[in-house]
Amino acid sequence: MIIKDVLCPFCGCLCDDLAVEVENNKVVDVKHACKIGASKIRGHDRIKAPMMRDDKNGEFREVSYEEAINESARILAKSKRPLLYGWANGLCEMMKKGILLTEEVGGIIDNTASVCHGPSALGVHEKGLPTGTLGQFANRADVVVFWGCNPVQAHPRHMGRYSVFNKGFFANKGRRSRKVVVFDVRKTDTANLADEYVQVKPGEDYMVLSALRAIVAGKGDVVPDTVGGVPKEKLAEVAETMKAAKFGIVYFGMGLTQSRGKYKNIDNAVSLITELNAHGKHSIIPMRGHYNVTGFGNVCAWETGFINAVDMSRGYPYYNPGETCSNDLLMREEIDAAFIIAGDAGAHFPAQSIARMGKVPVIQVDPFHNPTTEMANIVIPTKVSGVELEGTAYRMDGVSLRMRKLVDVDFPSDEEVLDKIIAKVREIKGASS
Amino acid sequence: MSEMLIKNATVYDPINSVNGDLMDVAVRNGKIVDSVGNSAQIIDAGGRLVYPGGVDAHTHIAGSKVNIGRVMRPEDSRLGIKARTKLTRPYTGYTVPNVYAMGYRYAEMGYTTAFEAAIPILKARHTHEELEEIPIIDKGGLTLFGSNWMVMDAIRENDQDRLAAYVAWGLLASRGWGVKIVNPGGGEAWGFGKNVSGLDDTVPNFEVTPRQIIRNLAEVNEKMNLPHSIHLHCNNLGKPGNYETTLASFDICKDIKASRDRQALHVTHVQFNAWGGNHWGDMESKSDAIADYLNKNDFLTIDMGQLIFGSATTMTADGPVQYANARLLKSRWSNGDVELEDSSGVTPLEYHAQNYVNGIMWAIGLELALLTKDPWQVLMTTDHPNGGPYVNYPQVMTLLMSKKKREEAMSKIAEKTFERTSIAGIDRELDWYDIAIKTRAAHAKVLGIVENGKGHLGVGADADIAIYDIKPDQTDATTEYNRVEAAFRRSAYTIKGGVVVAKDGEITATPMGRTYWVRTKVDNGGYDRMMEDLKLKFRNYYSVNMANYMVQDEYVEHPVVVDTEYK
Ligand code: SF4
Repeated sequence: MIIKDVLCPFCGCLCDDLAVEVENNKVVDVKHACKIGASKIRGHDRIKAPMMRDDKNGEFREVSYEEAINESARILAKSKRPLLYGWANGLCEMMKKGILLTEEVGGIIDNTASVCHGPSALGVHEKGLPTGTLGQFANRADVVVFWGCNPVQAHPRHMGRYSVFNKGFFANKGRRSRKVVVFDVRKTDTANLADEYVQVKPGEDYMVLSALRAIVAGKGDVVPDTVGGVPKEKLAEVAETMKAAKFGIVYFGMGLTQSRGKYKNIDNAVSLITELNAHGKHSIIPMRGHYNVTGFGNVCAWETGFINAVDMSRGYPYYNPGETCSNDLLMREEIDAAFIIAGDAGAHFPAQSIARMGKVPVIQVDPFHNPTTEMANIVIPTKVSGVELEGTAYRMDGVSLRMRKLVDVDFPSDEEVLDKIIAKVREIKGASS
Repeated sequence: MSEMLIKNATVYDPINSVNGDLMDVAVRNGKIVDSVGNSAQIIDAGGRLVYPGGVDAHTHIAGSKVNIGRVMRPEDSRLGIKARTKLTRPYTGYTVPNVYAMGYRYAEMGYTTAFEAAIPILKARHTHEELEEIPIIDKGGLTLFGSNWMVMDAIRENDQDRLAAYVAWGLLASRGWGVKIVNPGGGEAWGFGKNVSGLDDTVPNFEVTPRQIIRNLAEVNEKMNLPHSIHLHCNNLGKPGNYETTLASFDICKDIKASRDRQALHVTHVQFNAWGGNHWGDMESKSDAIADYLNKNDFLTIDMGQLIFGSATTMTADGPVQYANARLLKSRWSNGDVELEDSSGVTPLEYHAQNYVNGIMWAIGLELALLTKDPWQVLMTTDHPNGGPYVNYPQVMTLLMSKKKREEAMSKIAEKTFERTSIAGIDRELDWYDIAIKTRAAHAKVLGIVENGKGHLGVGADADIAIYDIKPDQTDATTEYNRVEAAFRRSAYTIKGGVVVAKDGEITATPMGRTYWVRTKVDNGGYDRMMEDLKLKFRNYYSVNMANYMVQDEYVEHPVVVDTEYK
């Protein structure tokens, strides 16, 4: 059986045109997806059963779901400062349950954006976000800028579907309709495909953005001969290209959000785009990594008023990045239990945070073994969302789509596990109050 | 079988012409009935004011615009915070509340129904995800068609059957209730940073005019027999001198025959579109011209879009106006273009009483309501949260009821305001019956949900009831406006579908509301031509496959579907 119009549960492109062949409840072929997407759908070694251990250096022993869930609930219910982290590789339905659980245990909920596009959110608080849907850019953009991102590797079908090679209504000659500019500290595979590559010295993006703003505003005379390692003439040329665009789009990645300047870079980039709109139409959009990291920001915003890093210990949402992000809390050694779901803290957190996690009980909910498993005390395997479970995910541009189910498995869903933990936490807390 | 009897109620139910009668209201299984048995739960209203549950026909409560407002404004989410209880989730936000506060606060004021005013079809799933999490109230949404490529192509090719088939399909795809038109053609022009300047301007690349878009959608709307008329946000919003465009837009629909007992045209938040003058320096109120038109013509209705001094988050599918606002006010700016369909923008701002432009806007909203004779023609709204948040409705209600309150307010407003407006000379004071019309009955009639049991207390209606701590025979709203406002802010009881959901302004139950949407049958050749065009657009221009586009049933858990047919 071939299932059409399948969505890919890997990256923020959320491609929705896959054809997946299923035989005897097994995926046997994946068409149209890129390699990384196809490999996730084909599946690989997964955690087979719930496991627990007391000593993080000891061996896991297999346990029942009931035992793992009850013990998780017990840890969370008695924890004074539990962190509930991850949430990007799952569906919106489970995120809603995650926020409820965080309320129930008075914990902090934080998602992977914390170590990725978190600074973008701060930039949006400062300046807003002039953006649009990917199809708007596909149809119209004649100037395409990639800044600190490398879609060839990280979003393999992005340039083919949305940004560079595809034909659009106005951009009807595909690649030839568009001028492509890449700003990056190194010459990436994406830069190799660009019309113009601008090599920025590491950590100097902010200066380059400021120089561009000055030139666009007609104040080029204040710009020194080189900025961030880029000759002024080159910047003037690029500024001219952007100014002359009928529709310009800037896609930016962690090269901008996680380098020196962080959210100030985003603030500056958004200002540049806002000012460019006095000349032509211009938009900007973060290249989001996990397929539904954008969904978490949305669900969290409509349920709590805040996009991420929400502390529920007061019984209401409190948000203060710098204080309430995972790594702030871990490094201050406040966290006394960690619940990691649909995201991998072990692989992406700094050593100091990992050290703290080594000292507190860690519960992992995930279909797959990953570095977080190494520091977990309890591991609860679940369904692979978008392959074994249907539900909602948000593409990087905020378009929400319904993921399909391709095969049936016996594992519980993230949502079911959360439901049971919530029920158990209520039981424990009800009994003690 | 659950029964309830509200005794000794002073009832104002304009749809049934009940004007302050002392009577009992009986409820069985969530509906109003003639009488109930002895075991019914009794609520003694003790002569207090009883209205049908409030209905808001134009508000922005869900979807990507609202959510970007939340994301952009953490400082707003820090306002209005209330911790969770055993029954309620936490409240956050003032202009952009979280989903829980959104429903609770409406219910606390005696409102039981609210319609989201702008759903882009491509983003409708998101809108419904939020609507589904707003507790208590019933809801629906209006779908954006005014800059849609499918719409403009069908109009250019003079194919109304195809247009109707698309509108029907779009309403189905978005699970929408009605046809919303925002700055017709302007959303498309904004795709390249341009706008349309008037009704006869040509939309670039599509060769149609705003006039044609309005006219064709209005005609098709009536041929489809939709419960609601077209719902228009006029061109040139927010620009001095725009009242002329507004009057000319009215005229486009003058000879449209409504297919139902309602208006043929609803024009929204007219406060923002009733401006005279040529620039900010000589801007003035032209509400007199608008009211004059309404007084002479009964084919149309409007809503106020009243301004509330203080913080607002403006959000609209009118992309260009938001960029202009943000530049003018040096404010944060979010834009949200939607491929092939529309644009949108979100900008926070602050309305100041000492700024005469804001003062004039404040006055215009009230003038529209007070100068228009027929209370059914002007709905009370703030275009939440554009003019200000809906939690301020009680303030607007009392401003309409009391000249003295208006005078008190005017004493704090920039003096220049009163050279450019007529508000200071208006003596009219609305009564309890007028307010019932302007906050529930007319909203339900304009939306076309009276038949669904909304906005009234006749037998068979939904038992959506608000009891306020006011004894109308002992209360003079023209002088006791502070007490009246306080009573409207916190209902004594809000009853939704026969369940007491709020008591003395505190939530007591959180049942889930329903969502209204319309399904229209179009089974002529227009449907096939439309499908051919639609498939082409999906193949070539949409970034989403057609099979993944339409909102699935899972996203509307408590639907009320109304069926109509295209003739
Ligand atoms: S580009 Fe991303 S969403 Fe598309 S197939 Fe590859 S991994 Fe999946």
